Amino acid sequence: MIDMPALPPYARALDMRIVDELDGAPVIAMPFADRVQGRPGFLHGGAISGLLEIAAIAAIHRALRAKGSDSAIKQVNVTVDFMRGGVDHMTFAVGEVTRLGRTMANVEARAWQEDRDKPIAMGYMHYLIRAKREG
Amino acid sequence: MAFGKPDLGSITPKGASFDPALVNKMMGKFGHGGFLNMEYVGHGGDWVELAIDWREDLVADPDTGILASAVIISLMDNATSMSIWTKLGEFRPQVTMDLRIDYLRPSPSGERVYGRGICYHLTNSIGFVRGFAHNGNPDEPLAHATGTFIRIGDRVA
Repeated sequence: MIDMPALPPYARALDMRIVDELDGAPVIAMPFADRVQGRPGFLHGGAISGLLEIAAIAAIHRALRAKGSDSAIKQVNVTVDFMRGGVDHMTFAVGEVTRLGRTMANVEARAWQEDRDKPIAMGYMHYLIRAKREG
Repeated sequence: MAFGKPDLGSITPKGASFDPALVNKMMGKFGHGGFLNMEYVGHGGDWVELAIDWREDLVADPDTGILASAVIISLMDNATSMSIWTKLGEFRPQVTMDLRIDYLRPSPSGERVYGRGICYHLTNSIGFVRGFAHNGNPDEPLAHATGTFIRIGDRVA
């Protein structure tokens, strides 16, 4: 069952795909390529942040649908911790909605390569939840 | 190396001061900077401003045309990173330790986004940075950034 809209243009441009599911949240994969590279041989922090963002949005969409809500979200802020250099491998990310309220949501997203217990980056995001305007 | 990209340390001649416009010709034309087509706008003693043009394939929400939040992160990452080298007057290998972005308002569909990175303090190991993004008028920011970079010495690889 697909309960999330197709990945947005930005995610498609970086060749991100939904490859799995973890604790009810989609796992997003992003292949290494020149377009996501920063210093030679390593992922750009912005590209890692992009993967975290898509994973966070996917997780929150899933959580809202699970509640039967069709609310829209608006990102307020994000903090990204970069823990390890991302190398020439597939990178994965998954979001966890740590709190879903009526007006805001807290989301954590983790990105890793070969070992999920060794994250290359973590993102901490706040979203505003807004009822979809009718018509 | 799977992908060719000039070594940033080698493009600034020894003894010459750091030139952000020259360096962005590398950072903004290859890799992720090239994908986003980051352009050099200007710099001062401790700041660098870069810009990215709105593009359909950078959009996170097709209904509104709002850019992916990570596009702003990439812009602020590069601008703040270069502000450290500009303040130092030379390139030194470093990686982003953390970066926080507050989104004050969306960047309107079709609008060019400018990112100004400022290095407000430097230690031997850490560069402390802040910055903001705007659409052409720095008095109307759309996002604020703050972060730290850590010097990695010779441990580049």
